[in-house]
Amino acid sequence: MIVAPTAAVAFERVSKAFGPKQVLRDVSFEIREGEIVCILGRSGTGKSVTLKLLIALLKPDQGKIWVDHEEITGMKEAQLSRVRRKMGFLFQDAALFDSLTLYENLALPLQRLTGKSKDEIDFTIDTVLEEVGLAADKRKKPSELSGGMRKRAGLARALVLEPKILLADEPSSGLDRITASEIDELFLRQRAIDNKTILIVTHDVHGARRVGDRFAVFDKGDLVAFGTAEQVERSEHETARRLISEG
Amino acid sequence: MPNPIEFVGKVNLFGYRSVIDALRRPFEVAQILRQVKEIGAKSLLLVIASGFALGMVMTLHTRGTLVTFGAEALIPTVQSLGFFVEIGPLVAALLVAGRVGSGIGAVLANMRATEQIDGIESLSIDSFKFLVVPRVIACVISMPLLTLFIDFAGLLGGFASERVASGISFHLYLSRAFMNLEWSNFIAPTAKTAVFGFIIGTVSSYFGYTTNEGSQGVGRAATNSVVVSSLLIILVDVILVKCIFFLFPESAL
Repeated sequence: MIVAPTAAVAFERVSKAFGPKQVLRDVSFEIREGEIVCILGRSGTGKSVTLKLLIALLKPDQGKIWVDHEEITGMKEAQLSRVRRKMGFLFQDAALFDSLTLYENLALPLQRLTGKSKDEIDFTIDTVLEEVGLAADKRKKPSELSGGMRKRAGLARALVLEPKILLADEPSSGLDRITASEIDELFLRQRAIDNKTILIVTHDVHGARRVGDRFAVFDKGDLVAFGTAEQVERSEHETARRLISEG
Repeated sequence: MPNPIEFVGKVNLFGYRSVIDALRRPFEVAQILRQVKEIGAKSLLLVIASGFALGMVMTLHTRGTLVTFGAEALIPTVQSLGFFVEIGPLVAALLVAGRVGSGIGAVLANMRATEQIDGIESLSIDSFKFLVVPRVIACVISMPLLTLFIDFAGLLGGFASERVASGISFHLYLSRAFMNLEWSNFIAPTAKTAVFGFIIGTVSSYFGYTTNEGSQGVGRAATNSVVVSSLLIILVDVILVKCIFFLFPESAL
């Protein structure tokens, strides 16, 4: 497979199994720089695993994965660490460290991975929290934040190292429509500000159609459709057509 | 839990990795201090109270027998030797295994279940070095210190009991307590608790860090941490006592 020069992320015939359960089977796709791609599918079809493979929290059994033109599957931990810095990950439940305040959660990667001074760190954190609308809550612990605030806090942490690629695992789960659309707005703004590539795993087809340029539909570990909303609507695969038309 | 041979191999590799990573930069000083406070300082009350009560009980038990043989004056000596050589180190280790081991296992397992460990990795931070190494080091540092506290609390408990029974003065009690105590009765048994600390930190972190059973794994990690740490402490104690006798023959009672 020849990865296009414009591809921010690419999968080439990637497979992954957990014991006897095949989670991904021979999956190939490319995502262009600055593109928002939404990954759709029923529960347990390998959507979140796709994101975790991208950020190398999991390793594929077969196939190759490219991130920002670098093939990551054979990389050692030190190299992976460098590649991971190009990506920010918004976890489904935000995965903030519950023993730290929001400020400390955001300061941790900045203190450890950048040479920024205390003032620079404070400025970066204030800027990012302002962007997600949590400037007034930086001294709170995650347990003091509502569901929507936690998502935004998780997004702030994903953005704090200024990644080129943003991965979001079900950012709207458990949120009302209005809060979910606020999160969607944040994604659109991130792309508009610095042309971030964004991959979103979601069950919210309505929100996905609002922000997504293209859509990947998974079914039982197979990538059954990949393209614009119109292309997926014309897909031969019934699940893909049904899923995309729900929105 | 895996089969015993596989488990021993995995825990050994886990412990080896924690030693190697402890020698690598960054040294996580802030995290280590935080864990020393969590593991050491917060166990202090439990350790002192247990040591004091145990000291009293031990004196109550030994008094009857020693009085029968007219060896009442040896009660402080028996008390100090018993505590400094074996009871203090072992009881402190078992108490810490119960309080801290379950805590470490549960906290790390919860962090695994709620993706906090993945969150750390996704930020290019080595989660093992950030979470496991400081806990193991803190256990190694805290155990000998807590042992000192339980030793002296035990002596005080013994004194309180003797004071009521015989009216002995504090000065006389102490001089009798330390009359036959050699440095080798004190240094080596106290130092061996650093090994107990390593066992508690490594085993508990192993169960918490490697669980993949979601929220169910939290309870299991806590239980396994306590049971396996306690068992290993008792088994390793036998080996260490033998080693101490070999290295310091004069410490054999």
